[in-house]
Amino acid sequence: MTDIKYAAPDTIEEAVAILAAANGSGRVLAGGTDLLVQLRAGIAKPGTIVDVKKIAEMTTITETDGAFRIGAAVSGAVIGEHEALRTLWPGVVEAINLIGSTQVQGRASPGGNLCNASPAADSVPAMVAAGATVTIQGPDGRRELPVEKVAAGPGRTNLAKGEIVVSFTLPKRPKGSGDAYLRLIPRTEMDIAVVGCGVSLTMDGDTCTAARVGLGAVAPLVLLVEDAAKALVGSKLDDAALEAAAEACRAACKPIDDKRGTIVYRTKIAGVLLKRATAIAAERARSH
Amino acid sequence: MSARPYKWIGTRPNRPDGADKVTGRARFGADFALPGQLHGKVLRSPHAHAIIKSIDVSAAAALPGVKAVVTSKDFPEQPNLTVPAGEMQVNLRDVTRNVMAREKVLYDGHAVAAVAATTEAIANEALALIKVEYEVLPHVIDVEAAMAPDAPILNDQLRTEGIDPRPENPTNIAKRLDFAKGDAAAGFAQAEIVVQHRYTTQPVHQGYIEPHAALASASADGQVQVWSTTQGHFQVRGFCSRLLNIETSQIRVTPTEIGGGFGGKTVVYLEPVAIRLSQKSGKPVKMVMSREEVFRASGPTSGGIVEVKIGAMKDGTIVAAECMVALQAGAFPGSPVGPACMCSFACYDIANIKVVGFDVVSNRPKVAAYRAPGAPISCWGVESTMDMLAQELGMDPIELRLKNAAKEGTKTHYGPTFNRIGLVETLEAAKASPHYQSPVKRGFARGVAAGFWFNVGADSSAAVHVGEDGTVTVISGNPDIGGSRASLALMAAEELGIDYNKVRPIIADTASIGFNFVTGGSRVTFATGLAVVNATKDAVRDLKIRAAKIWEVEPEAVIWEDGMAKPASSNVGEFEPLSLAQLAAMAGKTGGPINGHAQLNAQGAGPGFGVHIVDLAVDPETGIVTIDRYTAVQDVGTAIHPSYVEGQLQGGAVQGIGWALNEEYIYNARGRLDNAGFLDYRIPVASDLPMIETVLVEVPNPAHPYGVRGVGEVPIVPPMAAIGNAIARATGVRFGDLPMSPPRVSAALDAVRPAMAAE
Ligand SMILES: Cc1cc2nc3c(=O)[nH]c(=O)nc-3n(C[C@H](O)[C@H](O)[C@H](O)COP(=O)(O)OP(=O)(O)OC[C@H]3O[C@@H](n4cnc5c(N)ncnc54)[C@H](O)[C@@H]3O)c2cc1C
Repeated sequence: MTDIKYAAPDTIEEAVAILAAANGSGRVLAGGTDLLVQLRAGIAKPGTIVDVKKIAEMTTITETDGAFRIGAAVSGAVIGEHEALRTLWPGVVEAINLIGSTQVQGRASPGGNLCNASPAADSVPAMVAAGATVTIQGPDGRRELPVEKVAAGPGRTNLAKGEIVVSFTLPKRPKGSGDAYLRLIPRTEMDIAVVGCGVSLTMDGDTCTAARVGLGAVAPLVLLVEDAAKALVGSKLDDAALEAAAEACRAACKPIDDKRGTIVYRTKIAGVLLKRATAIAAERARSH
Repeated sequence: MSARPYKWIGTRPNRPDGADKVTGRARFGADFALPGQLHGKVLRSPHAHAIIKSIDVSAAAALPGVKAVVTSKDFPEQPNLTVPAGEMQVNLRDVTRNVMAREKVLYDGHAVAAVAATTEAIANEALALIKVEYEVLPHVIDVEAAMAPDAPILNDQLRTEGIDPRPENPTNIAKRLDFAKGDAAAGFAQAEIVVQHRYTTQPVHQGYIEPHAALASASADGQVQVWSTTQGHFQVRGFCSRLLNIETSQIRVTPTEIGGGFGGKTVVYLEPVAIRLSQKSGKPVKMVMSREEVFRASGPTSGGIVEVKIGAMKDGTIVAAECMVALQAGAFPGSPVGPACMCSFACYDIANIKVVGFDVVSNRPKVAAYRAPGAPISCWGVESTMDMLAQELGMDPIELRLKNAAKEGTKTHYGPTFNRIGLVETLEAAKASPHYQSPVKRGFARGVAAGFWFNVGADSSAAVHVGEDGTVTVISGNPDIGGSRASLALMAAEELGIDYNKVRPIIADTASIGFNFVTGGSRVTFATGLAVVNATKDAVRDLKIRAAKIWEVEPEAVIWEDGMAKPASSNVGEFEPLSLAQLAAMAGKTGGPINGHAQLNAQGAGPGFGVHIVDLAVDPETGIVTIDRYTAVQDVGTAIHPSYVEGQLQGGAVQGIGWALNEEYIYNARGRLDNAGFLDYRIPVASDLPMIETVLVEVPNPAHPYGVRGVGEVPIVPPMAAIGNAIARATGVRFGDLPMSPPRVSAALDAVRPAMAAE
């Protein structure tokens, strides 16, 4: 049995240095609700664990000029209590708050959800729909990436050795915007999405002027479905537009048959959730 | 309401084991430890079906920290002998092979070897060093495929029992069972309406939250002690005695608190292995299964095929019924196909019945008992078909059942004639329930189904010890899986006429009380309750003798009333009553300690019937079923502690809801279990469920002094059909296959309404 080194530095620079020095055997620990489970199951065998929960920038939420910066290690529970976020990005917040249970919410972070790189991660389709970007810090400094570019495949990311996701940025959004996230699980909680769908819209009266659609659990990566957005933009969200967007979602699906769902079912549900999430997002947009 | 005839029976005091359980102090299987104990781990087969060509344990045995390694060579061969285990029959030759594979591995997860080491990590490392050479064979998972003529054969020696002459070819069909009453063919010829359907169910796990765990300590002089989480420590003793050739008096088994069993903890997996490892290492050995091991290697109940045909007259009178049940037994013969056949039509008084059953082996873990073993499977078919009949006739489903209900004097198709039973009362109570009387909400549909279980009696022993201050210990030998301690204490308090809180029930180990059959068959409150009542009566008999001595009168001149000895009449003389405390204080001068004992084989367990009502909605696009309201109505004999009776009804209904909607084993193409955990083996979570309403119908069982009937198993029988019937009424689609999970419901709806499918 090999020992695991544990560090809980106060600064992002220190965290990056320790991680880079671990030479590939280092792992970031945020809430640990994925990492500790993988450790116990013998799937993850890190040499060094870098706990990032003492780093202020990673554990706070700030608002500047209508844009939000959410520390990557902020817990779901804290995000759920943030009034302004809840008002402006209800879809993102509901997606993060769907993760696990009350107990899990006290720990689980959006950074962990993204970097665990599960195609079924609940917060990611909502973040993709929101047009969120992440700030990454590594040995060579900082860079920005759109959320949908972070995962490289199931369980793999595009982060280089020593790189840490510091925060998420949600852009300032025009009036008349709203978002929503829906997932399908066979039970009512404590389950993994069979399909997850995030929709973010801007409405001008009855007309949709901007849209983004994120789709989870239907392909190796969470998808940004641009064709679905195109079908919605310019429309009055009438049945034909919704059906065209649903068809775009179905067409984007490259799912697998597994214990959580069949190809046929996942593909069908992608369209169903698109329509339902769009209706909720539109309703929210109209009341803003 | 008339005044209750009882002071304690029917009240709801706190359970004696409650405080420890809610404060985390209660000790369950994995909480026991001994100084110097080793950690035992099992190596399990990665193959569904393979010949074990060789096992090389030398590298594992040589690893520092490893103290013992065992394989099947360490367990003696067993005779081809069938013995009862809980509600199931098991063959010792098979049991030893299930505990440790011999010639072949027969399912993914089958135990192949075990090690004991100073730490868990070393034990795990040692498992990886054991080299097993396998010759992988074709495997068969499902019951229909296993019955096919060209199926891979699990056991070359197996020939179908129950067919005359006995077939000569090897087969996976271990047994055929036939039951008949009247003339089914003639009955169907007479019928004006015939409905039939084919059904399948998936194996489901009991889903107890506490994994199997055992601690064994074998001493140098041959004595063995075991602590184990089990529904029957006397069965653990019996199995270990036979499997290891140790006399029963040398083995002392103490049951720990149990975190759920539901039938699945009536067999042995770890205990014989832990004992053997302890014998070989000279140290105590502790073994705890992981959740994955629980799923891969411990008993689910069978999945199977059910075909049902019912013939009726236009007025709803059923004149003929036929049922075929084929159940997976797992790797060794012994599915609950017998009870499945017997329970099928037990709810109904039908003149002509034919039932055929098949017991089929396949490459899955050997099934174990699960609440009313077999009955939920055949009832899924029968009660769904009853609903089809009700729909065809345009008849209310409760009225149809009332028209055909079994009652006192009805002769069953499996032999016995019913004594006093409460199905009619239960159906009437269901009809009158607030739930059934309420209108069905828009967008919802209502389903109803009935169910039956025999309940059992069997062997029990109990003792009642009066302490020197007049408080009482009730000693019995059945692990408490559903609040039985509270019920036993209530019966003793009632009998003695003293406060419930002056009675403390304990569960004694195998050396401290006489034999008790397992906690199973809904037997404990009935049979062990009877033993406790008799033991209490025995103590009261002695108490009267003591009072008689003090008063210098004949014992017959003393009566026991309100916890006191009193003169039977004024003719006896003027004596102040003597309380239990006073008599206890004087016990030394009147003959010594005051204890009562009883041991018996309880006969006359009262059969139980339940009727469940469910309102649900089906999302036509996603296939998700939402349960809105659920009521379980049951004849419970007498509810000794109504809260725990209600708890049984609620628990059974919830497990049935899981069975109906989501639970299933998913095997991949190589025969390996793909969902060995609670994430993908979906039992219901709290937010899936409404509060389960209960209606307790009390038709006392004449064979018990307080009218007790078993209550724990009936409630898992009706839920699947109640839900399927509601879904059929909600969607117009009759489901034959369980589980009715979202993808399946969605696919079935799309199949009948193609326009709704992905356009
Ligand atoms: C009971 C239970 C229920 C769950 N239910 C859900 C659910 O409903 N939906 C869902 O999507 N998930 C669910 N999960 C999974 C998990 O809770 C989420 O993925 C969660 O968001 C992970 O966050 P965390 O902070 O705990 O991550 P951690 O476990 O700390 O980290 C996860 C991974 O990301 C890496 N990592 C973490 N932070 C960073 C960072 N800032 N930069 C770089 N790498 C990082 C870690 O090294 C690790 O590999 C559940 C888990 C459990 C145990």
